[in-house]
This record gives sequence, C-alpha cells and structure tokens, in this order.
Amino acid sequence: MSTAEQAELRGAEAASVEGAGRTDLVPIFIMGKRYNVPSTLTIQKAFEFAGYQLIRGCGCRGGICGACATVYRMPGSAKIHVGLACQTIVKPNMYLAMVPFFPANRAVYDLEELKPDAQTLLKYYPELAKCMGCNTCTKSCPMDIPVMEYISAALRGEIEKAADLSFPCVMCGICASRCPAELGQYNIGIMTRRITGRHVKPRAEHLQDMIQRIESGRYEEPLKKLMTADMETLRKLYVEREMEPHTADEMWEPEIKQFL
Amino acid sequence: MGYTPDLMELIKKVDKTRPARVERKKAGIEFQALTLDERRDRLEKYHPDFRPDALRELRVGPSKGYALAQEFADAFESRSRVDPDSIHLEEVHYETDVLVIGGGGAGTAAALIAQELGAKVIIATKLRHGDANTMMAEGGMQAATKGWKDSPYYHYLDVMGGGHFENDPELVKTMVTEAPKAIGWLEQLGCMFNKRPDGKLFTLHGAGTCRKRMHYAGDMTGAEIMRTLRDETRNRIKDIGVLEFSPAVELLMDDNGMCSGAVLYNLETEEYFLVKAKAVVMATGGSGRLHVQKFMTTNHYGATGDGLVMGYRLGVGVRFLHATQYHPTGAVFPEQAEGLLITEKVRGAGANLVNIDGEQFVFEREPRDIESASIIRECTKVGKGVPVPGQPGKFGVWLDSPMIDLLEGEGTVEREFPAKYILFKRYEIDISKVPMLIYPTLHYQNGGLAYESDGSTVVPGFYAAGEVGGGVHGANRLMGNSLLDITVFGRLAGESAGKFARERGDVGKLSVDHVRKYHKELEEAGIDTDRVSPMVLPDYGNPEVRKRQWTTTYVGTLR
Repeated sequence: MSTAEQAELRGAEAASVEGAGRTDLVPIFIMGKRYNVPSTLTIQKAFEFAGYQLIRGCGCRGGICGACATVYRMPGSAKIHVGLACQTIVKPNMYLAMVPFFPANRAVYDLEELKPDAQTLLKYYPELAKCMGCNTCTKSCPMDIPVMEYISAALRGEIEKAADLSFPCVMCGICASRCPAELGQYNIGIMTRRITGRHVKPRAEHLQDMIQRIESGRYEEPLKKLMTADMETLRKLYVEREMEPHTADEMWEPEIKQFL
Repeated sequence: MGYTPDLMELIKKVDKTRPARVERKKAGIEFQALTLDERRDRLEKYHPDFRPDALRELRVGPSKGYALAQEFADAFESRSRVDPDSIHLEEVHYETDVLVIGGGGAGTAAALIAQELGAKVIIATKLRHGDANTMMAEGGMQAATKGWKDSPYYHYLDVMGGGHFENDPELVKTMVTEAPKAIGWLEQLGCMFNKRPDGKLFTLHGAGTCRKRMHYAGDMTGAEIMRTLRDETRNRIKDIGVLEFSPAVELLMDDNGMCSGAVLYNLETEEYFLVKAKAVVMATGGSGRLHVQKFMTTNHYGATGDGLVMGYRLGVGVRFLHATQYHPTGAVFPEQAEGLLITEKVRGAGANLVNIDGEQFVFEREPRDIESASIIRECTKVGKGVPVPGQPGKFGVWLDSPMIDLLEGEGTVEREFPAKYILFKRYEIDISKVPMLIYPTLHYQNGGLAYESDGSTVVPGFYAAGEVGGGVHGANRLMGNSLLDITVFGRLAGESAGKFARERGDVGKLSVDHVRKYHKELEEAGIDTDRVSPMVLPDYGNPEVRKRQWTTTYVGTLR
C-alpha cells in the first residue's frame, strides 16, 4: 500500500479523541502512528502536544545544537525531506521520524601531530576515498551546507576550504545516515576545522604578548588599587574611562597609556 | 506562513511612521533617553525583579532569609527527588578521581584540565555531551588581548560597572587576568576565531565595553567553542568517560565531611546509580527553563538549575540570584521562534522599538534592564502592545529592522545578520522589509552558588564553575563575559579538583545525611510539600494527554 493510500485510509479516523472540538488540527504520522496536532506547531512541539516528554531529540530548541534531526516523507512522493524538528513546521499527512543518534566513525587523534594535508585525513578516515560524489549529503543537510563540496576539498588537501565550508555544521548526523559510502562527514569536518585553527591560521602574536605582560605582574598593582578603591573612586574611574570609538581603526591608541 | 493578515494590517502603521523616524535618525535626532532618576523609577515600576511578589525569602538552608525569585525559592524549598533511605550507599557503580556534573563548556573545560593533571574523569550530563547554553552563545568572548589599547585593568572596570559595582572583586580580577590565557588555550585546541591574515584576532565592542575586546567565531562562537572542547574530550577517551542522559540528582558526602560523588539518574532506564569520586565539579549551568515569572527563555532545554539545588542542600550558599537577566528582544512570532534571541546589534544598527500605533516609546540603546522594563510598560500600563496571534493575553512590540537598510543601504540586514535573516526567511518573513515582533525573554542567571576564584566552595572536594556560580557578574552580566566565565572558571575548577583528588586519601564511608538534615529543616520550617527538585526536565506536555495517563505516576515533571 502506498503512503498516500495509508493516509487516506487513516484520514477516515479523523474524529479521534485528541481532535475533539478543534478545527485547527492536522494529521501527522509520528513513526507511522497518526496524531492530530495544531497546524502551526513545529515538529518538536507537535511531539509534545501528542503526549511525548522528549528526552532524546531535544536540545537547544533554537536550531544550533543538532539534537533533533528529523526525516520525513509526504504521501505520494518518494522524496526524503530533512529538517530540524525545532525549526520545521508540521505539514498535513507528513510521515516522520527523528534521528536523534546515528553511529559514525570517529578517529582518536593527537591534534598536535596532525598535518594540514589529505594524507593525514585519509590516515584517520580512509573511507574518505570512497566518496562517489553522489551529493546525497548536500541534499540532506538541514543547514544547507554544501557537504559534498567540503568533502571534495578535504580529499584534495584543501583543508582550510573544507573548514570554512563546514563551519555552520551542527553535527546532527543526517549526512552520515544517508551516505552510501559510509562516511561520517561531520567528524571529518571538525577535524579540518581544528587543523585549520591550530596549524593553518597564523597564531595571534598580540595574545602571547599580553599573556607575558600579565605574567610579568605589571597589572597587579593597578588592579589591587581598583579592588580596594572606595565606591566613589571606582565610579569616577568608570565614568571617566576613555572610550574606543566605534569607527576607530584597529591600531587606535588611547591617550592614557599608564594602565596598558 | 509569514505574518497573519491581522499583523500585516498592523505593520502598515509601522510603515507609515517609518520615513519620518528614519529622517530624524539621519538628522541625528534621537528619542529622549531616560535620566538616571527616571531609569530607577522605570526599573522599580516595571522590571520583573521589582514586582512586589517577585521575590520571597528562603526559609531553609545556608542562605535562609535571602529573597529571590519564587521559582528559585520553590526549587530550594522542595524535597529530594529520591528518598535518602532508598539509596543503596554500598552499591557503587563507578569510581573515579574527578566527577564533573554537566557537559557544557565549563564542565568540559574542567574535565580536560583535571585529566591533564593525571586524574581519571567522569562527565555526567543530562542530555548529550555539549547540550548546553554554551552551544547557543552567539556574540563572542571578551578578553583584553591587545596591549596597545587595552589591558585587564580596563576589562575589570567594565565588568564592575556592568554589575553595578556589586561584583566579587577577587573573582573579577581572576576572570580578567586569566582571559587572554583562556583565548590562547582555545586557539591551541584549534578553535576557529575570526582572524586577520597576519593572525591578529578580530575584536568588536559589546554593550558596556570601553575597548573592542569581543572575540568571535562567526555568529556561532559558543557552538565553535563547545564542539571543539567536546571533540578534544573524545580524543582523551581513555581517561575521560562521558555518561549521557544521566543527570545528577543528589550529591554524596563521606564521613570525613568531604564531597564524594553523586547519585545519577538514567533518564532512559529510570534507574539510579552511584558514582564515587574524590572531587566533584558542579557545572550544570543556568535555569531559564524554570520560567521565572512565566517568561519565555533563550535557554537550553536542560537549563533547570539542578546544580543550585544540589549544592544548596550540601550547604553551599547562593548569591546574586535575586537579579535575573531579561534580554529585551526575544522573538514572540512565529511561535516556533519564541524566546529566540534577537541580538542587541540590531538596535545598535539603528532599529527603533515601536508600539501598535507605530510610535516610538523608548530610546533603543538604553541598557538591557531599562529597555526590558520599558517594553513591559508599553504592553501593560500604556496598553499599546501588539497582540500575539494565537496566544490570547500575550503582547509584543515591533523591532523595526527595515530601518537599517534605509539608513545604511539596501542589503545591510542580510549582510550583517545572516543567521537571523535566513531563519526568518524560512518562516517567509523578510526582516529587511517587515519588522520583528519581540518581547523581553529570560536570558541569564546572574547569580548562583558561592565559590572562590579557584572554584572551591565551603564544602571540601566540591567545586563550582560557570553559570551555576554567582559573584563574578554582580547583578548584571555584560555581553561576552559568559563564554569567558565558563572557560576561565571551568579550567580553574578542573585544576583545583584534579589536585584535590590527587592529594586526597581514600574516600570514607558514603553518606546522604545532608539530605536527611535538609528534609528535617523543611519540616521544622513548616514546609509540608510534595514538590521535588531538581526539576531535571521542564514539563511541556499536553495536560489533556496527562489526564488520560490513568496509571502513570509523576514525580515532579518526570514520569
């Protein structure tokens, strides 16, 4: 039986208990089971309306943590849709399941020893070479990340490009669940980002300078004075502190340099 | 999707007043800001913290007599989720050097540092590792890293001013002097902070800063920090075990008066089990999901203040919990974006706040608490709030984002606020063309458990780090200091706990007498209640469904 037929069949049960007296409800099929829920809800809130207390599949409720990856189909179509349950509004007759966890290979590594090249990635994730370029990962990413592109970049040794392209990844795992070559794309993605942050981008020299200044103890006395100052003095110092203008150049310098 | 026809009709009023407002702005004419006296008056009359029934004095525990929000008082004046007599203390399931409770930024930083000191570590966390407010922090992380214009001295002044000069000086000093080291540590771990080609870190202003010292990683700084720390933990799998979906519900002591582990609850199998540890780091984060005064929240699903309750029962006092941070601009429409933070940067770029008639009612760059109080006033006393569709009795005001493109040029909104632009686009709302409907939202727990700058508390072996602790932010935290707080104090608590565990001998006989004692105190104070805490998870269930769960028993919000 097609899902369209199933939906129609179950549509006959419209007057179910939870629908009593309400006209704003639409049927959805949570893991194949019908529930009538308000048409304005997100999938996440629809689960809760249906009576679930979410344990798995619920995190930030704001679209950034990747806990609530969801796959669904509409009747009469073979297409698999994806979305984050906290961000996706229910559609009448959708068939859905959350994928709160999907096992993916994750290598254990020492970041200090990694090199920004394809050999390094292939050593830890040899399956990378199996990518057949089908683009299913990209099509299934709820964050609209060009997943296949960053995987290709990684394979070519363009580590920084892979890092930048994969940056918005919420690591929900849908790409891995759909990959015929069995890659764990998001784990490869974070490896490229950490290699980039650690080994590709130049270190911030001014940061090390400041750490040395602090360790030399040059701020101990000025800070001690602030910590023991009476309220009036402290307020005065606060109100009178020199403001770096919003439009100031990066190398702007204040007039008072005594406490730098 | 998109706005309802009713709202589209109301938006016409905003469109009508917009050209004149843009012209005034261009001419440098701003809405009159409040004087200091008017500010105080507005806060006292309209800020939720100042409502007459907002606070209530605690009747039990180490901070007895201290007045704080009813929801916190309820959580403290509750019985343990588990009867102390039914805890099998001889049946220990895990033994470790350091137990970290909470798998957010502070807890994970603590675990990594404790491990570097040779400790075996267990992280027990309620949901998945990394499910935490840290993940949701967008703006950035403050640190004085540019010696030619900034120093910890100025960072210190800013933090104190933001907190109304009530902050704990020692904690503030620690935070600002450790800040550059914390950024350096994250850089070493491969965090992708935005940098110039020469490696110089990009920095921005935040509200209340005198120097540009907000470091950031795109508009998802917290997520970048969290996933990096979590990834590193996974590389140290031999020494750091992670127990997910296993919130702690009570702490364990031993007969030498030292904290010695915790009682965990497996949310999936509904069984309790014990972890014996030589030191415990409490890092459970905040409490937005307690919905103080029924406010919506920007917080994570698991932010229910569990650590406050456990620590308090153990004898650790709380401070600055009377001050709750409401962010003025949380989305109220569409419903699925409810509580979602609309960054301060939108107002900074010039967007007015206007009421149902399209009238401006407050200067848009007042401090957070003043701005929130003014919005609440407009929706209550003045009665010019915009009704939120489908939610009778709820109101909001317009945040007029289309002004930004008119002021700064077409495409500015899309370029400067890509995440929000795309998010609203998904709901078929183009925020460069139509305003956003907003209302203040519960954002941050300014206070918490009392702790020292090394993370220690009055109970030996028990440490606190991050949002669960109170003192460093005083009565009001500044933007960019929470990611700093969790990194600095997470590291310090991890170091102290690691050392304590190394030097501590064997754990003595385990005990939960502190829970019995607390129950007795409740009874003596005449508090006869069936409330239980910690809450663990909020209840967003359908009451109609609950009525038909004929054979189900609920303990608090959990069945």
